[in-house]
Amino acid sequence: MDYSYYPGCSLHSTGKEYGQSVEVVSRALGIKLHELDDWSCCGATSAHSTNFELSVALPARNLAIAEKQGFDLMIPCAACYNRFKSSQHNLAQDSGLKKSIASSLDDDYNGTAVIRSPIDIFHQDVGLEFLEERVVKKLEGLKPVSYYGCLWLRPTEICGFDDTENPYMLDEMLTSLGAESRNWSFKTDCCGGSLTISKTELVENMVDRLMRMAREAGANCLVTACPLCMANLDMRAHADVELPVFYFTELIALAMGLEGPENWFGLHNIDPLPLIKSLKLL
Amino acid sequence: MGSFLEDVNRQINGIDLQNCYHCQKCSSGCPMAAAMDFKPNEIIRMVQMGQRDQLLRSSAIWLCASCETCVTRCPNAVDIPRMIDVLREMSLDAGVVPHDREVIQFHEAFLSTVKLGGRVNEPLMIVSYKLKTGTYFKDVIVGIKMFLKGKLSLFAPRTKNRKSIRKIFSSTAKS
Repeated sequence: MDYSYYPGCSLHSTGKEYGQSVEVVSRALGIKLHELDDWSCCGATSAHSTNFELSVALPARNLAIAEKQGFDLMIPCAACYNRFKSSQHNLAQDSGLKKSIASSLDDDYNGTAVIRSPIDIFHQDVGLEFLEERVVKKLEGLKPVSYYGCLWLRPTEICGFDDTENPYMLDEMLTSLGAESRNWSFKTDCCGGSLTISKTELVENMVDRLMRMAREAGANCLVTACPLCMANLDMRAHADVELPVFYFTELIALAMGLEGPENWFGLHNIDPLPLIKSLKLL
Repeated sequence: MGSFLEDVNRQINGIDLQNCYHCQKCSSGCPMAAAMDFKPNEIIRMVQMGQRDQLLRSSAIWLCASCETCVTRCPNAVDIPRMIDVLREMSLDAGVVPHDREVIQFHEAFLSTVKLGGRVNEPLMIVSYKLKTGTYFKDVIVGIKMFLKGKLSLFAPRTKNRKSIRKIFSSTAKS
């Protein structure tokens, strides 16, 4: 299986354990990733908050490159995914906008790239059965709540995820890895990630609330698929409520017995090793 | 130039704000509402009433976290996050200095590194933000921890074809 791959800026820096685990897990599942040639930033919240056309043009440059490669485009960062999907949507809706944006790009833009999340690719294309067969160490004792956040899901008709108010793909994947996925009502609540640097105090309250609700649901960790949620949850929680946070790909690698998890866990701010070792998973 | 409401509707380029019937589902589900000076449905009402200056000065438009919960739940599909982005751009165009300018300073710092290297360079972005805001000592410990873990690299690869990035920035720049 071949996919184009857009890591985005975070996966080379604050979210590098996510980038590394996506790549290791993909390889082990028979997925070949072709990194987009000379990709650039999606513009994130900063572009769409200040300049609509810029926020459409920045992802469009990368979408045009992806069209040339011709594979479905895997984007592991929820924020990048959202900006790419929105850009493609806006360009499909408005032919005048499409014409003016296309003229600012070096490559042709037709709007044909298929934008995918690794959650969807692992769940749908690889399949839970295939994944389960490759588990060598069941994640017994791990009780995660799946935290989807905002940007994979909303707006519904643009993102096209499984279920806007009650998504389930991560929960099902964690169950196939042998973890005891806990149900909770905060799967899709916002963590405030886009304001983590500029409005830290507000954001700390939002993160602490998520941590408290996860505890109330009987969880011993949170699982995310977004480098911005991860950085925010991992850095902003207060010590009295914090729980370890994992990227879902780190846990797939752990259950498949792949190389990497111990190094990646060392990069977290909230140390997950005491939990992992107490469950004899490493 | 039309009324304020017409201007905003034109830029939203979707469902008109007159469709809101103030059920307040948006404000009830908004994670930032408690911190806002005006709640999402109040902002719509103020646009309808033409209260331009008050809105462009408000902190609410900069506190919206763009989580898109409101538009997802709106029975009339009123695109509130898009409306807020429109108000933000109007506020910047009008040169309003809002109360919450650190949010804008963050966006400026972020985009300036993208313009320079095609990708976000986090250390540069943070230094630029701190110079703008004077918040030199905030988050220093978190920053050092991340640096020691190799998560803040000054030398992360940049986009090679930076001419194409400059072209995008110049062709979308506001006159």
